[in-house]
This record gives sequence, C-alpha cells and structure tokens, in this order.
Amino acid sequence: MSSTGSKTALFDRHVEAGARIVDFGGWDMPLHYGSQKEEHHAVRGRAGVFDVSHMTIVDVTGAEARAFLRYLLANDVDRLKDPGKALYSCMLNEQGGVVDDLIVYYLDEGRYRLVVNAATREKDLAWIAARAADFGDLEVQERAELAMLAVQGPEARALAATVLPEAHRDAALALKPFFGLEAGEWFIARTGYTGEDGWEIVMPAAAAADAWQALLAAGVEPCGLAARDTLRLEAAMNLYGNDMDEDTSPLVAGLGWTIAWQPEDRDFVGREALQAVKAQCDRPRFVGLLLEDKGVLRAHQRVVVDGMGEGETTSGGFSPTLGRSIALARVPAGDYERANVEIRGRLLEVRIVSTPFVRNGKICIDL
Amino acid sequence: MSELPGDLEYTDEHEWLRREDDGSVTVGITDHAQAALGDLVYVELPEQGQELEVGGEMAVVESVKAASDVYSPVAGSVLEVNEALGDDPEKINADPYGDGWIVKIRPEDIEAASLMSPDDYQALLDNLDD
Repeated sequence: MSSTGSKTALFDRHVEAGARIVDFGGWDMPLHYGSQKEEHHAVRGRAGVFDVSHMTIVDVTGAEARAFLRYLLANDVDRLKDPGKALYSCMLNEQGGVVDDLIVYYLDEGRYRLVVNAATREKDLAWIAARAADFGDLEVQERAELAMLAVQGPEARALAATVLPEAHRDAALALKPFFGLEAGEWFIARTGYTGEDGWEIVMPAAAAADAWQALLAAGVEPCGLAARDTLRLEAAMNLYGNDMDEDTSPLVAGLGWTIAWQPEDRDFVGREALQAVKAQCDRPRFVGLLLEDKGVLRAHQRVVVDGMGEGETTSGGFSPTLGRSIALARVPAGDYERANVEIRGRLLEVRIVSTPFVRNGKICIDL
Repeated sequence: MSELPGDLEYTDEHEWLRREDDGSVTVGITDHAQAALGDLVYVELPEQGQELEVGGEMAVVESVKAASDVYSPVAGSVLEVNEALGDDPEKINADPYGDGWIVKIRPEDIEAASLMSPDDYQALLDNLDD
C-alpha cells in the first residue's frame, strides 16, 4: 500500500480484516471488507460497525456559544433544551447555498459538539473560524484526537453495550433516539446515517482498537463506505457534495424541514437568500425515484418529465434491500408520478416515490 | 490472488477469451476485474447477431458501486449471450471463468486481436499492485 492519505487509529485493523482501502477526502478508508451487499444486509438485519473517525469533531464552547450557533446554522440550537439532544442542520453561505451539513449536540450550557464531514474539513474550519471572529467569549476546538465508531442495526445497541465504560452502560442503553451522553472521555449518541437504530460512539483514539476488536468478537460486522452509501440512500439521507453543495439551496434538496424560520427575528447566515427561494412557487421538487426497468440509476443522470421539463438525479444506486435501483433527484415542479431517466442514451421508466425507501429494516414504498 | 486458468487468453482491459473447438470464442471478465467491481447487480448484454468491433463496447457490467464497459477483444458477431446473467449477475462474482461467461462470438480475424498469455497477464496484474 503506497498511499499517503491520512489514516484513522483503526487503519491496521481494517487491513487485517481484509478491507479494500480507497481515498476518501484525503483519508485512506475501507470501501468494503469483501462484500458490500453482505455488509448492507448485516446492518439492516443485525449489526454493523463503521469507522467514522475521519469525520471532523468540533467543540464550540463559551458564554456566546449558543448565540454563535444560532447565527451560524440554519436550524436553531435554541430547540435544544435537554443536555445531550442532537440536531441536524445545514451551515449556509450568504447566497443560501450549503457549506456543509452537520449534527450538533448540546452537551450542556455553553458547550456544543459539532460533527461535520471529512471531505469538507478545512473549508468548514475556516468558515466557522471566520464567522466566530465577531463573537466574544467563544472557543472553537477541533477534536482530532478522538476516534468515532458508528454501530448500526437492530441489534447494534445490545451487542455494543459491552464495549462501553461499565459505569455508563445503563445510561447509554436508556438514551432516547437523537440523544447522546458524555461518559468521561467518551460520548455515546443514539444517532446514525443508515436508517437503523444504533449508536455513534466517540472515544479517545487509543481506545478505538480494543473497542473495534470487541465489537467484531461480539458478532458485529465490519462495514465500509460502500455499504454506508447504499444504507443512507435507502434511508433517503442526503450526501453532501452529491445531493447539495454550495450552489444548492436546502429548499431544493429536500432539507426544508431543517430550516428554523421561527423566531422571525433570528438572523442566521443565508436567511435572506433563502427567503427569496422560499417565495418562488415553481421551485424544483426533490424526490425519490424507483427504476421500473432493469438497470442501475446513478448520480447526475438526466431526468425527463413529459411536458414538464428536465431534472437530474443527485444520488443513485442499487438498493440491496429492495433488489431494485433507486435515486434521489431534483425534478421540475408539478404534479406527476412518472418520469424517465436517461441511462447510456436510453430513456428508462421511473416512478416517483415517497421517501425514505427503507427505514428500520422495513421497506416503506410499494414495489 | 487465485491462479489464472492456463487455457485462456487475456486483454489489458481485464477480459478473458477462450478459443472453442468450433472456431468461436467465449469472453468474460477476469477475477481481478470482478473483485475490483464488487457485487454485480446488473449486466447489459448485446443482441444475438450484433456485430462487434475490436475494442468496441460489448456489454456493461454494473456493480453496486459503479458501471463499467466491457470491450470486445475481437471483431465478429455475437453467437450467444449468457442469458442467466439477467437474473443472476452475481454469477460473474462467483465464477468469472465459468458460469460467469458473458458472450460467445464468431470472430472475423482472431489473429488481429491483442491477447496475452496467462503469464503476461499475471505480470500485468503484479505491476498493478504497489
């Protein structure tokens, strides 16, 4: 292996487990450990573990932390009343495009933890630092010394409980969805990116190898980025850089629900630009597509809607749970249920379906 | 890395070719190619009788991850396609040199094809590994 990318604390464990390693945003990460389909099914049916230590953890602390995040993020951290509660949000630019999407955890008064994407790390840190300059009592600190594992699947919590610090096991098992808790240097949250139950577990990098080995010994399947992508696609969770980017409004990326318009006097970056987009009555729809023909939908294929115009798939692939191909797509405004997608010069028939496609192991659409 | 079948010839596009007794050739993709693609979920096959050019697109194999063209190593006409791949493209993953064959071609001039011996193809694979 001659790669020079960054490596997580678990890199050697991945190679040992037979991982095919690929570059992902400058990191050498496991794509799969043999079969991405089997890994996908393991998460839907039982439990899988992903090394997500490449993701960027940023702690925002200080008396002005809340005021700062209320300005930085399109969702409103004022909604976080109970310690541990998580919130999904976009971080917008002044044009109302998406700088990144992230999760923010409210640790306790004046202390928040953000988890942003790996591929956008430098841009995000610079963006956050520049916005923070106008705030007084505020510290923004990257936590690169921490590792993070996502343990996902219907049996994930039961199987992973044994690797947690013993004193915090019961409290972790009692966490409600979208809540986390600090456990010494560890942080355990009932969140994820697969559409299944589970935890995301932050820990000191030095503890990661033991936790990883213990999870594998407990029967949790090691899973790579490839399965992570098909799982999140089935769950209709957006992928930054595919489904939205700096030139895309969250309002045309299915993320309108993440914008906190109330209270009206909260100023946040991008608000003015978003309001203009919101006023457009014919803005594109963001929908799920199910391919009726054989084949595989991919990102950035042309979508043709009879009499309505054209759109584009933003993410696409084969859904192992459905045994069919699915996509997320930005398509013209209007009322219709069918469209065509151009694959290698041929127009194949797709049906517009509600999302998610799959949630908690269950198929949510009519096939 | 498993051993390459000695009775096949190979291309630098990671296809294999077998000369059959009746003068036809059977073509598929190598074990290296299927492993690189990952779990296959769809194969687009040519029509029977379709004329193929050397290096022209012959089939498309799609894995969960990506789509990849399969190029014809020879000019000729398609005699037969492996219809079983329609329902079970993973045959290519499971048995790339056997049940996972893709097409049988009646070649026009097989000597014009650019083919490698197993040893030469193995050397090519060895050079791919860092």
